[in-house]
Amino acid sequence: MSAAESRIALIGLPNCGKTALFNRVTGSRQKVANYPGVTVERKEGYHRSASGRRYRLLDLPGTYSLTPTTLDEAITRDVALGRLASEPRPDTIVLVADATHLPLSLRLALEVKRLGLPMIVALNMTDLARKRGYSIDRERLSKELGAPVVETIAVARGGADALIRYLDELSSETTTLTPNSEWREPSAEDVQQTHIEATRILAACGYREPARSDFMTSVDRFLLHPFFGLLVLGVLLFFVFQAVFSWASLPMDLIDAGVAALGEWVRGSMPDGPLRSLLADGIIAGVGSVIVFLPQIIILFAFILALEDSGYLPRAAYLLDRVMGSVGLSGRAFIPLLSSFACAIPGIMATRTIPSVRDRLATIMVAPLMTCSARLPVYALLIAAFIPDRDLGGFNLQGLVLFALYFAGVAGALLVAWTLKKFRGGNDTHLLMLELPDYQWPRLGNLAYGLWERARLFLGRAGGIILALMVVLWFLSTYPAPPVGATGAPIEYSFAGQLGRALAVVLAPIGFNWQISVALIPGLAAREVAVGALGTVYALSGDETAVSTALSSVIASQWSLATGLALLAWYVFAPQCLATLAVVKRETNSWRYPLIMTVYLFGLAYLAAFATYRLALWFSVG
Amino acid sequence: MGDVGQTPRTLSGLKAGESAVVERVDADDLLARRLLEIGFYPGAKVELVASMWPADDPVAIRVGGATFALRRQEAERVKIR
Repeated sequence: MSAAESRIALIGLPNCGKTALFNRVTGSRQKVANYPGVTVERKEGYHRSASGRRYRLLDLPGTYSLTPTTLDEAITRDVALGRLASEPRPDTIVLVADATHLPLSLRLALEVKRLGLPMIVALNMTDLARKRGYSIDRERLSKELGAPVVETIAVARGGADALIRYLDELSSETTTLTPNSEWREPSAEDVQQTHIEATRILAACGYREPARSDFMTSVDRFLLHPFFGLLVLGVLLFFVFQAVFSWASLPMDLIDAGVAALGEWVRGSMPDGPLRSLLADGIIAGVGSVIVFLPQIIILFAFILALEDSGYLPRAAYLLDRVMGSVGLSGRAFIPLLSSFACAIPGIMATRTIPSVRDRLATIMVAPLMTCSARLPVYALLIAAFIPDRDLGGFNLQGLVLFALYFAGVAGALLVAWTLKKFRGGNDTHLLMLELPDYQWPRLGNLAYGLWERARLFLGRAGGIILALMVVLWFLSTYPAPPVGATGAPIEYSFAGQLGRALAVVLAPIGFNWQISVALIPGLAAREVAVGALGTVYALSGDETAVSTALSSVIASQWSLATGLALLAWYVFAPQCLATLAVVKRETNSWRYPLIMTVYLFGLAYLAAFATYRLALWFSVG
Repeated sequence: MGDVGQTPRTLSGLKAGESAVVERVDADDLLARRLLEIGFYPGAKVELVASMWPADDPVAIRVGGATFALRRQEAERVKIR
């Protein structure tokens, strides 16, 4: 054991504020990676105390016990037991106990104590618990547990000071505890015994349970009601999508105008040549048409993060469990799938919390059908071009269409999940067993931080991948130059034009022209790039107004309504970005699932676009 | 465990707002242990907060200061009195 550095592992129930405490102690000195060979996230951080001692803190996945039901929980057990080859056994365990909800934490503490490692119990959220009338004899509790008990308030500055002081004291003593090598998994009888022991200890310490307001229970009765609960959920989701469209329009107009002005300025102040073309037509028009969707993405994420923080999301999972169960998904799949509305990648990674492997695979397979924020730019562009900005029964028609597109994605996901269930047959058991944490007001700081992360990620993509693709696309669509005496627009003679024409043969039956076919290619790398690519293709098609006026008015005048609708339908199922496929490969540890996914998504997208195109033609003729 | 001669009531038989006391959780498999771990041990007080239509699946149950959502087959494992 190193004298200069000690390894501390944080163990606690889900939602006990463990990660907040970890953040409080380590600040920004964190490293997030995966445990080797598995896809469980490993969060490590450092702290140097006033006495100069260095601590390595490990934030272990939340768990109710050391008997795992998920991959994450198995990691917690294995680290605590020192079974993981890559991870030395911790010197000390900090058991984070939620003071507003003590009995289960205390039971876990008794189970963890049996490991034979030095342990400190951190009573977290004591501020909240005390407000609700909690009290406990901390010294007695410490004596009963045979471990120091400290109070922490993870969300307050200095809220972890007591813990750090104890860590210093503990590691300056020479500990005589030896890890218990005889550990075995507790039986049902053992679990009951630890409950009885926990209850006895709480009584001995004069524990007064924090009161839960009747109001909370009433709120739950209403929000979990089979009819009113679903109604509220539906209205809420509907409101979110309306807001995404209507609140974002002003900032989007501003960004649009700014990008157009910048393009004009470059055009006016540079001599004609390849560089001016690259800057104005390639980079500014391309990247600008993606950045314009930042306001919508931020609004969508603000809602998702606020719902997550408030404790409502698991309730939505409860409400939808029945529907999802009927197609072979777990209600637990709701949270990964909702995250997939922002981006399929975190969504697919969040499926790790689903205990059943089959459920998890099914969830991964349908996650890309959730309309991710990268598809929003495409939808927004096409809706603005083809759907009139009209009032329909008090609702914005464009917002209604957007809602319908999201809905189509969800319906497609249910259909695919149902098909998967039919294919694999059998009726394996599904576990739900989901905790519904107490409601709380979302913390503004958390929200702001989360939004900042997303915005940075999105802009990073716009700055990196998208910029690079725009340059490549610009090159492909500029060279080779048209032959002397050519009559068509220059792009028609370029590599991109040739490629687009070749693809257009396959895509003509679903109403796509060669410009769309060109744009679909970079769209594979990241969906939102398709919009920028269209911007580039049209700006180079000799249409001088394409850059100064909005792209949407150009395509509105050049495409038929049927083509616009077919492209919308295509993007409901659109083959996902390469990054998603890479994550599926990593998470399933096989090429099989990403391959199946690619094929079935292409197939569905083609079918949906074909049906939409033909129907739209038929209706507009007949 | 003595058989009372009738089918014992389970969590999934509760009405919204109704309280009961846990009698036992049958068997010793992973599901049973997890139910015990999250607080459904003999003597624990439970209250049904809400249940979904149709067939009370899933249910939301208050136990030991926490609320859990359980599917019907999970709720039926917890015998109450």
